[in-house]
Amino acid sequence: MSDLDQLYQAVIVDHDRSPRNAGTLADATHHATVDNPLCGDVVTMQLRIEDGVVRAVAFEGRGCALSRAAASILTTMVVGRDLAAIKTLGAAFETFVRGVDGPAPADLGELAAFAGVRRFPSRRACALLAPKALDVAIGHLVTLDTCT
Amino acid sequence: MPSDPAAWRRDFPALDVRVHGHRLAYLDSASTSLKPTAVIEAVVRVFTHAAGNVHRGVHALSEAATEAFDHARATIAAFIGGAIDEVVLTHGTTEAINLVAHSWGRAHVGAGDAVIVSALEHHSNLVPWQVLCADRGATLRIAPVDDRGRIELAGLTALLDGRVKLVAVSHLSNVVGTIAPIAELARLAHAVGAVLLVDGAQAIAHLPIDVAALGCDFYAFSGHKLFAPTGTGVLWGRRELLAAMPPWQTGGEMVGSVHHDAARYREPPHRFEAGTPDIAGVIGLGAAIGWLANLDRTAIEAHEARLHRRLRDTLAAIEGVRIVGDPEAAVVAFTVDHAHPHDVATIVDREGVAIRSGHHCAEPLHRRFGIAASARASLALYNTDEDIDALAAALSRVRQVLR
Repeated sequence: MSDLDQLYQAVIVDHDRSPRNAGTLADATHHATVDNPLCGDVVTMQLRIEDGVVRAVAFEGRGCALSRAAASILTTMVVGRDLAAIKTLGAAFETFVRGVDGPAPADLGELAAFAGVRRFPSRRACALLAPKALDVAIGHLVTLDTCT
Repeated sequence: MPSDPAAWRRDFPALDVRVHGHRLAYLDSASTSLKPTAVIEAVVRVFTHAAGNVHRGVHALSEAATEAFDHARATIAAFIGGAIDEVVLTHGTTEAINLVAHSWGRAHVGAGDAVIVSALEHHSNLVPWQVLCADRGATLRIAPVDDRGRIELAGLTALLDGRVKLVAVSHLSNVVGTIAPIAELARLAHAVGAVLLVDGAQAIAHLPIDVAALGCDFYAFSGHKLFAPTGTGVLWGRRELLAAMPPWQTGGEMVGSVHHDAARYREPPHRFEAGTPDIAGVIGLGAAIGWLANLDRTAIEAHEARLHRRLRDTLAAIEGVRIVGDPEAAVVAFTVDHAHPHDVATIVDREGVAIRSGHHCAEPLHRRFGIAASARASLALYNTDEDIDALAAALSRVRQVLR
């Protein structure tokens, strides 16, 4: 597989074209919008968190295939998890994306499709925008707009 | 006098680099131009034969550096039709504009006054005026841009009144590639007593610049888009304006006599050049202009105009590609249906084609056109038909990859 095919794996293209949990959440308890000022990409994450566990999630993303796919995949992985588990997931994904080589840890699920981004250092920030939004959102009960 | 693009290309060693196994098609000169051997050698020569500081020592190395540095300033002045003492050396266009905003702006823009910029400006010709206006209690007025990407003269005229102290516009847009009618804008600004600052960052490498004929009051540009090293820039200002302006940054080089409680400032341009300058960079800029002067400028303009038409026509013929505005020179920004500009740029890069993606530091302009980002191909004299064909072929890969 070429570098490009590695980068734009079917999983990523599919989530970009048909994002899961896209939209807004009427009863969100947590919310964050994070943008990348260098490229103008924006991801908004909304969560309903009850008793420390995520019950519902939605995202809105304006940006490249990588940033939208990362957001979409993440939303499929967080419902039912507690905040500590989400932080662990985000950290594991960041470590993976910033790494050089090697297989993805099993608990990354579909996020393993981002293996190819390790060969495109200038695109790492695209993959990490959504986890950043998720991280900011779970840390804040109120609406918060921030720049990366 | 070489008038053959193949001969011009041979002067650029960076063009020989293989990118991902492909011939390099460098279509990002609007970000920064490549550097000819003449410039690279001039910079090396500073460190091997003229390694002293300028305007400070009496020893041989300092004298050699000073002579080359002063010669570069004279070369720059002649290139734009200005006087030597009207050429302030900065670290780039951004610093040149900030210099005017801080020095001229704080002296002339007060509460209730206004500054006008156009809706197509690069952030570096927008944010300094936002900050100045906020600081002085002045108003920033935005001159509208039409669907072709041109500044609407009627709209701008409607914003002009006695409260406007300065109008700041880009000569050649870094996104939509439109050329502003500077001489006419100068007349309009002067009619209400305002001064005109021109951001020439893009124009300097593509349009003949004669500041006297343009009639503007300040002209700012960067060396690195004119085949010179990064870290150099120029603020040309009308002599009487510069002479009345207070210093911006202070320190060595810009002062006459200094006492513990006060200092006298030197005359322009030195008043605005505190500290040791980018000596090698400035000498490199002089070398770039000297190199350019040896080429057939008419042939360059004809070559670039033909390439620009071809670039436009090629992109317009590709299904799903939409050109932003109606570009006149040097750059063509575009979007590709169902593909984000970053993905487009990454995919064509793997075919050896270098283009820019994002908002190109002109976010409000993209908003004006209802898009968040665009891809941008930009030209320089070393580009050829082959580069444009490579872009077209690489763009056909986009749909395959994002299947």
